[in-house]
Amino acid sequence: MNRAALLVLADGRFPAGGHAHSGGAEPAVRAGRIHDARSLAAFCRGRLHTTGLTAAALAAAAAGGLDPLELDEAADARTPSPALRATARKLGRQLMRAARATWPSGELDALAAARPRGAHQPVVLGLTARSAGLAPEDAAYCAGYETVSGPATAAVRLLSLDPFEATAVLARLAPELDRVAGRAAELAGRAAREGLDALPAASAPLLDITAEAHAGWPVRLFAS
Amino acid sequence: MSVHATARIVATPAGLPVLTGEGPLALRRTRATGAGARVTVVGAMSAPLSGDRLAIEADVRDGARLTVDAAAATVALPGRPGPVPAEPAHYDVRLTVGEGAELHWLPEQLISAYGSDLRMRTRVELAATARLVLRDEQILGRHGEGPGTLLTRLTVHRAGRPLLDQELAHGPGAAGGWDGGAVLCGYRAVGQLLLVGQEFEEKPVEPRLLGDTAVLTPLAGPGALVTAVAPDALRLRRVLDEVLRAHQTHGSVSAYR
Repeated sequence: MNRAALLVLADGRFPAGGHAHSGGAEPAVRAGRIHDARSLAAFCRGRLHTTGLTAAALAAAAAGGLDPLELDEAADARTPSPALRATARKLGRQLMRAARATWPSGELDALAAARPRGAHQPVVLGLTARSAGLAPEDAAYCAGYETVSGPATAAVRLLSLDPFEATAVLARLAPELDRVAGRAAELAGRAAREGLDALPAASAPLLDITAEAHAGWPVRLFAS
Repeated sequence: MSVHATARIVATPAGLPVLTGEGPLALRRTRATGAGARVTVVGAMSAPLSGDRLAIEADVRDGARLTVDAAAATVALPGRPGPVPAEPAHYDVRLTVGEGAELHWLPEQLISAYGSDLRMRTRVELAATARLVLRDEQILGRHGEGPGTLLTRLTVHRAGRPLLDQELAHGPGAAGGWDGGAVLCGYRAVGQLLLVGQEFEEKPVEPRLLGDTAVLTPLAGPGALVTAVAPDALRLRRVLDEVLRAHQTHGSVSAYR
């Protein structure tokens, strides 16, 4: 157990490329679905309980030692949008590079060799946490937090939202993040016993729909 | 008293050796428009109520073709009044499609009436050479009322491997944020149209926007999915039908590009 590693991994300055992504906030701002702190909070809350829970459980399962290639396949089945699959693999590849430099391990090397173009980011995140000596629930926290911190940070730039307000949105979501991380770790434990279908597959239709449109924009501030 | 009922369909190239309705789930063999058999679910209108456990199983054996549709929408309703606190209703759909077989699963809308609480689980097991068309439409509340609680999950395996897994939750009993900008944002109809077949392996569809709130995408495996939200059931159906018709006319949505 090496809990301080969680601070390093969850730090927004950890060089894994996440800052270039808005987590669907950019098209949501364009469509008027995010326009103030309140609608940002609703967006983040919805994302946390859908893709956040799904990503957190995948990360917890990888941190718990489940087969990362099977988890990668489970992630594909849970990601019907090719734009979001491409984003997840790109972020996974970038995280892999940082992870192998910071917490090198044979398991990371093996996944990097098997998925040279990148595995789904939550799977890489879970394996990174494992290499750093963290627990499945730590990985779930990290994955869950990323699903809300990305849009909140992006909204500051996209809407010129007061950074204090954006951070307050995240702070108010903290109790729900506790529940999502706990549930994700519990379901990952169940998946270890019953098979990967026990992992959640919570989806967010508007994120899937707008991701494809956003990928086709000629000019955009964020990669996704 | 809650209802426990399971309807069963078995299709072979020769016919329908098993066609058994039960309770509110009545099945009728109806005139097929294309090849293979057609079955219409005629009776699920007033169910499921809270506490009910309904199930439909369809087994399309190797080489068979089956279309299953419905005479009317399914309305999830609140529980019967009584001293016992309402339990959620459960509706399980289990579909198996064999080698060279084809299933068109085209039910009518599932309407989540105000005060209802339904868990719907659809599991599909496809053989490697099976073909599938599956429509799923969820309407949040009847006209002019708020939604009930609806938790659905669609899990599709092909040749034993996961192909698609999608859970959706909305209504007062769902986790927070379901009506926010990431999930449904005021839209009262949400649905998907899933197409699976070997032809998508050789020729995946190109991602394509269908208006502002729907998209046709290639899955990581041999399939294509329309994901759509809409203000109402009619406009949702219009989007899904556009792709369904192209698929049925040309035998493939790639021609539809």
